[in-house]
Amino acid sequence: MNGHSAIRNPQSAIPITFTLNGKPVSLGVDPAARLLDTLRYQLALTGTKEGCGEGECGACTVYLDGVPVNSCLVPTYQVRGQRVETVESLEPGALEPFERCGATQCGACTPGVVMTASWIREHPELLATHSIRELMAGNLCRCTGYDGIVDSVAEALREPGSGKRDT
Amino acid sequence: MRRREALAKLTGRERYVDDLPLDDFLWGMTVRSPAPRGRVTAIRFGTDIAWPEFVVVDHRDIPGPNVVALIEQDQPVLAAGYVRHVHEPVLLLAHPSREALRRAARSIEVVVAPEPPALDFRAPPGPAEIQYGTDNVLKRLQIVKGDVERALARAAVVVSGTYETGAQEHVYLEPQGMIASFEGAVLVVKGSMQCPYYVLKALQHALAREEALVRVIQTPTGGGFGGKEEFPSHIALHAALLALKSGRPVKLIYDRGEDMAATTKRHPALVRHRTGLGRDGRLLAQDIEVVIDGGAYVTLSPVVLSRAIIHAAGPYACDHVRISGRAMFTNAVPFGAFRGFGAPQSQFAGERHMDVIARTLGMDAVELRRINLLADGQSTATGQVIQDGTDRLAVMERALELSRYREKQRGHAAFNATHATLRRGSGLATFYHGAGFTGGGEVALQSRVRVAGRPDGRIEVLSANIEMGQGTLTVFTELAAARLGVAPEDVTVAEADTARVPNSGPTVASRTTMIVGGLLERAADDLRRRVGLDDTARGAAVQQAIRRWHREHPGEPLVGEAAYERPPGIAWDDTTYRGDAYGAFAWAAYVAEVEVDLRTCATRVIDFVAVQEVGKVLNPTLAKGQVQGGVVQGIGWALMEECKWREGAMANNQLTNYLIPTSDDVPSVRVAFLENPYPHGAGGAKGLGELPIDGPAPAIANAVARATGADPRAIPLTPERLMELLEIADFGLRIADSAP
Repeated sequence: MNGHSAIRNPQSAIPITFTLNGKPVSLGVDPAARLLDTLRYQLALTGTKEGCGEGECGACTVYLDGVPVNSCLVPTYQVRGQRVETVESLEPGALEPFERCGATQCGACTPGVVMTASWIREHPELLATHSIRELMAGNLCRCTGYDGIVDSVAEALREPGSGKRDT
Repeated sequence: MRRREALAKLTGRERYVDDLPLDDFLWGMTVRSPAPRGRVTAIRFGTDIAWPEFVVVDHRDIPGPNVVALIEQDQPVLAAGYVRHVHEPVLLLAHPSREALRRAARSIEVVVAPEPPALDFRAPPGPAEIQYGTDNVLKRLQIVKGDVERALARAAVVVSGTYETGAQEHVYLEPQGMIASFEGAVLVVKGSMQCPYYVLKALQHALAREEALVRVIQTPTGGGFGGKEEFPSHIALHAALLALKSGRPVKLIYDRGEDMAATTKRHPALVRHRTGLGRDGRLLAQDIEVVIDGGAYVTLSPVVLSRAIIHAAGPYACDHVRISGRAMFTNAVPFGAFRGFGAPQSQFAGERHMDVIARTLGMDAVELRRINLLADGQSTATGQVIQDGTDRLAVMERALELSRYREKQRGHAAFNATHATLRRGSGLATFYHGAGFTGGGEVALQSRVRVAGRPDGRIEVLSANIEMGQGTLTVFTELAAARLGVAPEDVTVAEADTARVPNSGPTVASRTTMIVGGLLERAADDLRRRVGLDDTARGAAVQQAIRRWHREHPGEPLVGEAAYERPPGIAWDDTTYRGDAYGAFAWAAYVAEVEVDLRTCATRVIDFVAVQEVGKVLNPTLAKGQVQGGVVQGIGWALMEECKWREGAMANNQLTNYLIPTSDDVPSVRVAFLENPYPHGAGGAKGLGELPIDGPAPAIANAVARATGADPRAIPLTPERLMELLEIADFGLRIADSAP
């Protein structure tokens, strides 16, 4: 029921190159392909999830040139020459507070939550003007009631190494 | 212990059904009815589609009976010339390209000769709308205790009220989906589900296959909340039919729009109360009528109705009770299981009604509850004598204390008297939830659990109860490890694969930890006995004995098993609805503090305290997470989650216009547990998962009433609905309830 009205023709694949999780990728993409589908079905990076397909739930959050975006709303051809990072690029060791504080239950929203949360962790200056709850509001979770997520982000911000990355 | 699979989920390594690698497969898709009722007169296929490339399945391709087997055998797998609701499945398509499939599905026109639909469950159906029995009543149930009419006639005061609750969409973050394929002659169906054996039964029945030729495997399930209790059988059947016809693996994944439009939701309900009271506020008679909208097929409505009426009188002592329940047929998309299973609807009404009574009597709402809460030795509406030793008053007191209820009430009075546009108030709900199947349900399930000892001394738990976020894998690991005294690392929990695991019943009804966990403990004891040890043997001794047994019995399986046995002293009569409805109840008192903006009529929950007694808390992080998640789902149901209907189908089937709470819409949910171990539950635990969705809606509605002086009787209490109420109550002029 998701509207995908573009007429598809395999011959119309557009060749593009972009950087995915630090490595260059070249491939041909359908002009109407969503970055989410390219990642999941063409590149087998299934960590990024589809929750709604219309930019409401945040389960498909990836970084585009260092900024979190909903990959279901990004046509793949638009990422040519850009840096794309997915949940697979995150350092598992940095996720310990999320494991400890109950940030994940069913796990379907979790990769998106972790992507946004990690981005907040790298930009602690945002906390001067925004609350964690405001910053996480683009990632819907139906299991935790958000306390586990908010507590995890707060814990992660307390850990050494927070804020080291720049975009 | 930390959640077992947490790191796999956090890193995106966990593979859900749509993440599994699959070669040479077809995508499947469902073509649905555009009309709520009528005969299918034609199916027109688009002319610009290369149809020979497609696999097309209709009802004639079903090898066995065209029925999705559940309580009744009334719901077809695919409509056979007649439809009873919008989005009813009519045809199935498969093709290697998902895009080509979408285009093809859009080109198909299902032509229906319309007949008059029944669309309002609250109103008696017109003659032309009768489609079930003589009155469209799917199920009628009644509980009778004492003599309600006589008690009402003698009561000093009678307070009446009518309450309504809306449908709710589950919004598990992982949409539903299945993969069907063949391994030799065996049909293998994998997917997102709560009840592998329900799916197995449905596949066997409609495909006319013996059990050995069907295998169902649960994949990591991204939330369920009841939405993946009975519905996955439909998708499994659809994927299987396409795989049967094409001979290729078929993957059928719903997108969010299809999931919200076509799958079940929480039953809408209408509840009427007529309550007789003494001048002191003591409950003398409760006459309650519960009506739920079942939708176009029976699904689980009879048992949802059962749980609704059993919980309708609340956790109070009353000698004269009559509760009448009806589940109505309508031409709506069928309603189904949703966390709480009828109890949230009837307890919204009951707990809001308690505050209406208090206001009518000029009594304090806390005091009214204090004098009526069940004490040990008193009985529920079904005559179940409560004798568990839980101090229900202490549960309420703890919630009042943690929320600083009295102090805040005074503060609210001062705030509301001076603030130009904001109104604050706190509301209380005291409630209960019975764990496990109702009445004789657990006996009928005949659940079995196995615990295997492996040649290397490791322990494997085999059950059909699944992980969907609630923590089954972790709790089962902890229970087995604790029972046998081994390290959690030495325990594995088998994949829920019907070819390997016994039928331990469905993952529903807050039964997994309490009941199935209890079977697990007894199966572990059985394993220990099979290697010649008594129940005191633990740890290395157990593991050594297991290894020795395998050396002496090479190649043989070593498996302990336990089957369900009714706890002693429990009796239930399904014909009279008298007796012990549940092995145990969990008890709770929740306090919501709200702030209403009179300019926008928007309500914000600014503090929430949830206190409950759930037996022994086995894993504090998981238990707290269940409560917080349930409360926030309840806040959504109370304030914002509204299904808009068009001919019995959800018109706002998008997360853009069906709003669920974000992190910024809710406060931190403060959780406290009082522990009173339940002797027949695993590790002393009672069921927990559903309880927390019963309390938020009435607590919030009661808080809004106190804050604004409005008298909300229906949820969701959206700004639009509250604005109407406030206009009735003289918008802007009303002084908020300032009674201390």
